[in-house]
Amino acid sequence: MKTNDLIIQTTTKVVFFIIFLFSIHIFFAGHYTPGGGFVGGLLMSSAIVLLLLAFDLKTVQEMLPINYTILTAIGLLISLATAAGSIFFNVPFFTHVYDYFYIPLLGETSIHTAMFFDTGVYLVVVGVTMTIIQMIGGDE
Amino acid sequence: MINLLLFPVLIPFLFAAISLFFPKKVKAQRITAITGLLLALVSAIILLVKVKTDGVQALTLGSWAPPFGITMVSDMLSVLLVTSSILISLFVVWYSFSSIGEEREKAFYYPAILFMLTGVNGAFTTGDIFNMFVFFEVLLMSSYVLIVLGGEKVQLRESIKYILVNVISSSLFVITVGYLYSVVGTLNMADISIKLADIGQTGIVTVIAVLFLIVFGIKGGIFPLFFWLPGSYAAPPVPVLALFGALLTKVGVYAIIRTYTLFFTTDVGYTHELLMIISIITIIAGCIGALAYFDLKQIIIYNIVIAVGVILFGVSTMNESGLMGSVFYLIHDILIKGALFLLIGIIIKITGTSNLRKMGGLIKHYPILGWSYLIAAFGLAGIPPLSGFVGKLLIVQGGLEGEYLWQSIFILASSLVVLLSAIRIFIYAFWGEEKGSHDISPKLYRHLMAPTVTLVAITVLYGVGSEFLVPFMTDATSVLLDPSVYTDAVFEGVK
Repeated sequence: MKTNDLIIQTTTKVVFFIIFLFSIHIFFAGHYTPGGGFVGGLLMSSAIVLLLLAFDLKTVQEMLPINYTILTAIGLLISLATAAGSIFFNVPFFTHVYDYFYIPLLGETSIHTAMFFDTGVYLVVVGVTMTIIQMIGGDE
Repeated sequence: MINLLLFPVLIPFLFAAISLFFPKKVKAQRITAITGLLLALVSAIILLVKVKTDGVQALTLGSWAPPFGITMVSDMLSVLLVTSSILISLFVVWYSFSSIGEEREKAFYYPAILFMLTGVNGAFTTGDIFNMFVFFEVLLMSSYVLIVLGGEKVQLRESIKYILVNVISSSLFVITVGYLYSVVGTLNMADISIKLADIGQTGIVTVIAVLFLIVFGIKGGIFPLFFWLPGSYAAPPVPVLALFGALLTKVGVYAIIRTYTLFFTTDVGYTHELLMIISIITIIAGCIGALAYFDLKQIIIYNIVIAVGVILFGVSTMNESGLMGSVFYLIHDILIKGALFLLIGIIIKITGTSNLRKMGGLIKHYPILGWSYLIAAFGLAGIPPLSGFVGKLLIVQGGLEGEYLWQSIFILASSLVVLLSAIRIFIYAFWGEEKGSHDISPKLYRHLMAPTVTLVAITVLYGVGSEFLVPFMTDATSVLLDPSVYTDAVFEGVK
């Protein structure tokens, strides 16, 4: 039976971007306020799960043609590369550095290498969560 | 290169992450796995030389001062274990090429092995008790994947048991670390050692020591906590079984050795006597199991339990010969169990069964297999020039020096049982009239024999070259006997 889910689909189209932006906000705010890569990644996956609820699996895979296993691997490599960068400077592994950079529109901003590590965490969390949900949901 | 001691942990991790990109390309998977393992082996050997010449290596991650950051410590014991675990993984991967089957290879088999090796090496190298928990989880989760991969009925049943037991023991680990943290207020193992030496062995510290024994005992398979081990280890295919049998229980044993020589040393009366009693009962239980079965896999699996008991007995004596014997025997057992599981894997492949009664007369067509099995069996039992001899000799010597006469007799008697159980496989499978079908192509047989025979040759070299290894073992033992060597290396330049 085909149900009419016009309301949920229309709402999702708006709410998806709000959740997505909130996840990005939480991710960048993690250094000074509660948040970070893990929560940000979970929020991002919850936004995709909302898409999965409103549309079916096939449509969502067409909207976001991402192989989540590869996404997980990329995340792992980014985190490892950030931590391993210290090897080339002969300082202990995981040594982070930060500096201030001038970025157009944003102005003077401090960039900390911990952010790149968190990017890896973010991608791994999204990748793993979505792999689990797609694997379980895809068995039809 | 101050980060050298991390390379055996990082290289398998890097190559595991890379091989996630192309799960369906079997050839590329194999090349990635073997390259990663070879590079890791080279780095481990360089590290071994470094530790031998410069003493204990310690590094606190993130440039923090020692008790505040995560410290990684590579002393002789840990670097020897790291080297031998990489070596075993290398042979198991080589053996897997022709035995595991393409279906499993396409389902993230090699990444799982590499991630497991990351966890094992990390657990051997870490100097932080909570970090050790994390590395335990890394290796356990990869082992969950390996035990269930393939999805046969028996694998599904046994993996539920295995996961359930390990989840419970892991939560107990967290609780125990919580207790320890509330007593000493630190997680750095060197710092815990110093703080515990200051406050002495109060009642709560003894309770924590026993809790650690329970936690690592479940992982390592001591009596009465090994109940999950025989069933779970028999479920996965032989290369995975070899990896599990050689490495996983040894991580638990290493953790017991580390905590009982570094943390709980001020009052050894209760804790180490308990360890001794348990290790003797473990040996007896393992002997009963090894004699009771007519199943190839079960006989060798119960031999793991016996070996765990023998190693822990050496630790519980807390004297130089006993500890040195334990280190010798630990490395020997990693190598020989790997070799034996690979050998019985070939026997099972030839006869198509693991039931001893249904096979016979293999020596006529497979003489090399037969004689290498006999050498491995003698090595397992500890016949003189072979690998098990020196370790057990030193353990018994340590037992007699500590005036534990009866316990030492048990160790010697257990060798007879081990020999009997292993020789029974030889007699039933290789002697007598030819029985059962022999359906194995000569090419497959050669491909399976190459890594196995090389590994058996390495165990023989380990036994024959014991004299050459003594300086390494002495270094390992001196750190175990004197925790201040360990703590000084960690706090070097701070205090």
